[in-house]
Amino acid sequence: MQFEPQLTKRFNIENSYTLNVALQHGAYASLPKLFSKKPEEVIEEIKISGLKGRGGAGFPCGMKWSFIPKNSTKPIYLVVNGDEGEPGTFSDRAILSKDPHLLLEGVIAAAYAIQAHVAYIYVRGEFFREIQILNQAVEEAKNSGYLGSKIQGSDFQLEVFIHQGAGAYICGEETGLLESLEGKKGQPRIKPPFPAIQGLFGCPTIVNNVKTLSSVPWIIANGGAAYAAIGTKDSTGTHIFGLSGHVQNGGYWELPFGMPMLEFIETYGRGVKNGKLKAVIPGGSSTPVLTAQECEDLTLSYESMAKHGTFLGTGGAIVINDQTDMPQILKNLTHFYAHESCGQCTPCREGTAWENRLLQKIIQGEATARELDLMVEIAGNMEGKTICALAAACAMPVRSFIKKFRGEFEKYLKPSGVTVGIQL
Amino acid sequence: MSVVFKKEVLDEFEIIANRYPTRRAALLPALWLAQREFGYLSLEVLDYIAQIVKISPVQVYEVAEFYTLFHKKPVGKYHLQVCRTISCALNGALDIQRAIEAHLHTKPGEITHDKLFSYELVECLASCHTAPCMRINEDYYENLSPEKVNEILNQLVKENNQNAI
Repeated sequence: MQFEPQLTKRFNIENSYTLNVALQHGAYASLPKLFSKKPEEVIEEIKISGLKGRGGAGFPCGMKWSFIPKNSTKPIYLVVNGDEGEPGTFSDRAILSKDPHLLLEGVIAAAYAIQAHVAYIYVRGEFFREIQILNQAVEEAKNSGYLGSKIQGSDFQLEVFIHQGAGAYICGEETGLLESLEGKKGQPRIKPPFPAIQGLFGCPTIVNNVKTLSSVPWIIANGGAAYAAIGTKDSTGTHIFGLSGHVQNGGYWELPFGMPMLEFIETYGRGVKNGKLKAVIPGGSSTPVLTAQECEDLTLSYESMAKHGTFLGTGGAIVINDQTDMPQILKNLTHFYAHESCGQCTPCREGTAWENRLLQKIIQGEATARELDLMVEIAGNMEGKTICALAAACAMPVRSFIKKFRGEFEKYLKPSGVTVGIQL
Repeated sequence: MSVVFKKEVLDEFEIIANRYPTRRAALLPALWLAQREFGYLSLEVLDYIAQIVKISPVQVYEVAEFYTLFHKKPVGKYHLQVCRTISCALNGALDIQRAIEAHLHTKPGEITHDKLFSYELVECLASCHTAPCMRINEDYYENLSPEKVNEILNQLVKENNQNAI
């Protein structure tokens, strides 16, 4: 597919993570244009571009930035969400290690737009090597006048600090991340107030994903309208899509939005491994699963995913072949959510673990249809009943797996009427 | 024995603490430094961290407990974290677990008698395209097979023996 790469353009250049090499290949070239605009003009440009948050929720980026109160007397913070942890998702890690200066260029633009003078980049605790590279990039950028005071001759000043997480999926939720940055357990906050009003240290804060911010320099350099012309009407620009699971060739590729899912699997993933396509979890483990048949007219876009009752999420698709036992996969996923629930809200803390226990019981051949129905009922009591979306992230796979592959669950069941113990 | 940071580590901590408007925000960095210096976070270490971050011990305990990368008990010189989540599971994570358990004669959460290896199962490591994968200390090991696991473990034993000479 012919298009100009924006996010991965320096990935194949040797030592692209060093400032010298990155500069030779266009890093920080958007800054003169950035500083020639007023902050509100930058926000307007991002609104025109149609850029959506790439972390999973897909919230319009320009609109988010515009929520920062004007004339705030408190400091304003920019926080970068690099706590990549959604199963099936792994491309932020690539940006951090291969092109940290692209991210920093985006950080400068976003901080300028919202007039933040301090930015924290929160990176997943496991990414030791990526953090070393990022620290070096920040140091180099500072020493060459791309960070610090009077950036590239402008009046703008910005300090960037790297903050290492310590192993908690929930810190990818933006308010959980803020709590974690403040030195607490990463338990999400009740919203409102939204972080743009009261975020880090009680101050106006914007939290953006690594890929979202890495998309910004191209928009500044080429204009929002040019970005909006790429992809589809409702899914503008490019994204780094991932493939894992049962594919011949797992990996990530930058593509404009709109490619058919099956073409993506065939062309880039080189087809399904060890069998035929049975199902795809399209955008990270939390998004509802699709059957092979549903994938036939599915494209890599926000609107096509919505039409099929699922989400683009992080853009990391997990491919499942027809040799796979779906109840086993759902057991694996519910184990994940039970482990990662922060424990704050009862429906999530109890629900995720309960779903996992019920699946174990089903797979051991000790359950009846009542338990299977109970799983669906519990999912209904989790979704929308908690502070953050983790409960829904568990409920959505549970519901979609049981709805679309019910027969596979039923084959484990005992005939009803022979259950022992307490009837609920 | 009372645990304290060496002067240069304490200086390093103060530089980090200055990045934040509240001292408590430096708690995660302080715990990382402590783990680097002392290997794991004993109760004694946590009490010391409470002192230097100037918060109550319970505020430190709850945070140390919450995050899975903080070791609350001793780990081996080589600490293995093996991914068990979906994309790795679809690509043979169970075979990797079995190979490790057979090679080291340990179960998840245990440490070998010579304290060289410890092993735990973890959730998604964000390396799904190179499944199955694991981390050993600060490095990722990807596209694993049982044979590759045996090679890696033998290599680490060799490395350790050479360092001992």
